[in-house]
Amino acid sequence: MKATGLSKIVPLVANGGATQLAILQDIDLAVMSSEAVAVVGASGSGKSTLLALLAGLDTPTRGSVALDGVELFALDEDGRAELRKRLVGFVFQSFQLLAPLNAVENVMLPLELSGDPDASRKAREMLERVGLGERLRHYPKYLSGGEQQRVALARAFVMRPKLLLADEPTGNLDAATGAGIIDLIFELNAEQGTTLVMVTHDEALARRCSRTVRLAAGRIQ
Amino acid sequence: MNLALPLRMLSRDWRAGELRILALALVVAVASVTSVAFFADRVRQALVRESHQLLGADLVLNADHRWGPEVRDEIARRGLKLAESTTFISMARHDGESHLAGIKAVSDGYPLRGKLRTAPALNVPDAPADGVPPPGSVWIDERLALAFDAKLGDAIELGDAAFRVAAILTLEPDRSVSFFNIAPRLLMHRDDLEKTGLIQPGSRVRYYLLAAGEREAVDRFEGWLRPRLGRGQHVHSLSDARPEIRAGLERAQKFIGLTALLAVILAAVAVSLATRRYTRRHLDGYAVMRCLGGTQAQLTRLFASEFVALGVAACTLGSAVGYAAQLVISWLVADLMIIALPQPSLLPAVQGFITGMALLLGFALPPLLQLKNVPALRVIRRDVGAPRQSAVVAYGLGVAAIAALLVWQAGDTKLGLIVLGGFAAGLVVFAVVAFGALHAAARASGLAGASWRYGLASLRRRARTNTVQIIALSLGLTAILLLTLTRADLLETWRSKTPPDAPNRFIVSIQPEQREPLAAFFAENRIAVPPLYPMIRGRYVALNGTPVEAESFEGRDKRLVEREFNLSFLAAQPAHNQVISGAWFGPRELESGGLSVEEGIAKSLGWKIGDRLGWQVAGQSFEASITNVRKLDWDSMRVNFFVITTPKLLAGFPASYVTSFHLPDSQAAFVNRLSQRFPNLTVIDTSAILRQVKGMMDQVIRAVQFVFLFALGAGVLVLYAALLATQDERVHEAAVMRALGASRAQVLAAQRTEFLALGFLAGALAAVGATAIGFVIAGQVFQFGYRVNHWVWLAGPALGLACVSLNIWAGARAALNHPPIAALREA
Repeated sequence: MKATGLSKIVPLVANGGATQLAILQDIDLAVMSSEAVAVVGASGSGKSTLLALLAGLDTPTRGSVALDGVELFALDEDGRAELRKRLVGFVFQSFQLLAPLNAVENVMLPLELSGDPDASRKAREMLERVGLGERLRHYPKYLSGGEQQRVALARAFVMRPKLLLADEPTGNLDAATGAGIIDLIFELNAEQGTTLVMVTHDEALARRCSRTVRLAAGRIQ
Repeated sequence: MNLALPLRMLSRDWRAGELRILALALVVAVASVTSVAFFADRVRQALVRESHQLLGADLVLNADHRWGPEVRDEIARRGLKLAESTTFISMARHDGESHLAGIKAVSDGYPLRGKLRTAPALNVPDAPADGVPPPGSVWIDERLALAFDAKLGDAIELGDAAFRVAAILTLEPDRSVSFFNIAPRLLMHRDDLEKTGLIQPGSRVRYYLLAAGEREAVDRFEGWLRPRLGRGQHVHSLSDARPEIRAGLERAQKFIGLTALLAVILAAVAVSLATRRYTRRHLDGYAVMRCLGGTQAQLTRLFASEFVALGVAACTLGSAVGYAAQLVISWLVADLMIIALPQPSLLPAVQGFITGMALLLGFALPPLLQLKNVPALRVIRRDVGAPRQSAVVAYGLGVAAIAALLVWQAGDTKLGLIVLGGFAAGLVVFAVVAFGALHAAARASGLAGASWRYGLASLRRRARTNTVQIIALSLGLTAILLLTLTRADLLETWRSKTPPDAPNRFIVSIQPEQREPLAAFFAENRIAVPPLYPMIRGRYVALNGTPVEAESFEGRDKRLVEREFNLSFLAAQPAHNQVISGAWFGPRELESGGLSVEEGIAKSLGWKIGDRLGWQVAGQSFEASITNVRKLDWDSMRVNFFVITTPKLLAGFPASYVTSFHLPDSQAAFVNRLSQRFPNLTVIDTSAILRQVKGMMDQVIRAVQFVFLFALGAGVLVLYAALLATQDERVHEAAVMRALGASRAQVLAAQRTEFLALGFLAGALAAVGATAIGFVIAGQVFQFGYRVNHWVWLAGPALGLACVSLNIWAGARAALNHPPIAALREA
């Protein structure tokens, strides 16, 4: 994955759009296959915006991102979605499980969207892999925070993504549970040879990655 | 995309309870529309058949000479039922006394529609008769029995033959209130006609052939017959049936249409509210799916297919429930219905299905499709939602769909548009008033305690959502008030148009010099002296100087032109007539002459104000211009005239007078005394006909009331959906308040304040809405004045408060029983 001259500048609504706020400025970042990169920085440093741009969830004011050799912003919104389906997995701070779906159905969802006929078996196996084999039919609201994040991990890894983007994956969890989740992420990462980009402000977590990128006021330091 | 994923999503959403309200809204909507349609279809079919009873058949052929065998053969060949009757006036004799009687000789099978009713003696309850008088016997009506003082078993002579009185005839379904029908009735078997020797060449006899059968077959036969009619031959079909009954029928259909139409509006509101909630709850899920690589097109297809699958299932179920419901209704009213309901056609099911799908496509899909604008970025930044779309764009399709449905369901464009316009205007007014009131209430919050202040402040904070909720609540309540209080008032007003003291006797042939003695006779007997109307027979001969040809008219119009009109002359406008265009005779017209004509006849004969009509009365001609058009109240059972002239025009012609009055049952003997005192007068008893009209009206009212229950059900559902609309937000808010240390009582008080204000406001608005719509419907559609029921001002707000109280009870419990952390985590 390669980001070049990535900038995100928004007009300040409070000033009637006369002045502008640079959230990200001229970010150049290359992540090699199977590398694990931590993006750290204080709140408001632009970490989450960077992650959104790397995933093609948002569009930059300037700059480009190439994923697996494909220029992300040369594609339209649907093209980027197709690319995500093929290459990218996500883990969020707030888990983002679908409340009406039980654990196995949440994990099946990306497989179903890509038309995989074997979605159910793969989802069950993945949930067993993350230690939730007994809770396949449980709904998110009946799962603990740690369990919900395991489901989210299973959902991300079941597609065997080349790139996993994690946005503060332990931000909503206590230290012990968070540590367990991190162990699991690195285990799965190693098993599948996934490239990992993780946004965090946990220095200890950052140290477990092969590289740390520091953001401050929208720039890499 | 195959259907497997949408169906799986449907089953998941269903299981999670996400779609239940929407599905229930659709099922109730379709069930109510379908049951209304099924039942209305059956009632309508039955009423049409009922009105055929007023003809005694589906088609009546009438001639002044015998019908040839080819017509009879054709009726038989087409598989239609046939009966015959022959009528003429003759003297009947009993015990040395003679009276003029209207003889009607009927064949077996008469009447083909409806039943004769007979009683075993005078003044005893009557019952439907089985068949016709057997040969050798006659049935005589009350007047002839009174005139002869005859009892059952007595002999009556007709021409060369003698007959035994076998029953008192109380009702002939096909006998109309006609001044040509003034002779008392004697009913006999047609086989006995010949032996009386009464029908001789030159006798004034009418020959009737009655036909009935499948509608299409009857229509085809009528089509075959009409071009073959010769001189003096006529066909009467349903459209010629008595105007007072037809007016009732038309009004009944309007009532039923109105009820069906309210169910459609309510269903639309319920569907849109339920979808709004569904969409809001699926913003995150949609963003996640986008994030997981679902394309816009793929997800749009997914959600749309899920909804369409839900729609098909709900509409099918709704149609089935509707069918079952109408079976129950028909069973419930089986005893009340004098008429048997025919089997419904399949059309209402199709109609319900189309209605349900149109509601779904019009009101659920637009907000659902807005989901596609939810950016995937929402997974990271929750404040990013779907861009707001204007209501016009979102619901334009829905409103267009509902407008079409309304006109279709009402079967009456004017009625459909009035109700649609009423609701649309209500919507705008409700929105403005609600929004203003919410802000005003919030401003007043400084005067209240903490919980109250918080609750009132919430009103303004959520002004947008609350306005939507108030509008939905007030629409639901408007419909409920409209269907309960207003409907009852409308029906009461309608029923009161034929009050218990409506005239039940007509007196004709009153001579000018008898007017004063007659008035004195009424006064002596303590019966209110009725107004007497002069009546002169006249023939319509010219329109604006051009002679009128009967041949250029058809049906009833042709007969009217061929025969003579009953003209009257009056200086003052009759109280029960309403001038709808032009003005009643002023001094100038009274001097120079003028005509007042009835709306319906003016329309069918092409008369306009200013037209000069030429008349021939007793061999003399006169001309006058139409100065005004009147609307007659056919339900009033009062004396009505198609054409009224200024007095001077007819002053020189010999007139007789006519009147109608109400005779209480306890004073039945008055008629005998009247006949003895004024032997030349003819008294016509219309009470049987009046009973028939009232019976039918009651039946219609009952049918409407049953149909109304379904619209009421839909209204309740709207209320439920409206109250649920903000529940998620309130549960979350309650959790925050509790997390911050608010007690249960404080949370409840805050929500109660907000809800009570909402309920009161919605209820008050609904009272205004229902009254306004009631006024418009009464005036514009049913053409009668509407008396406001002041209970509505109490019932509206009370109903609003009751609904929200129920919601406070259920909703606040849900909010408080939900652990705060769960609600906070879900947010």
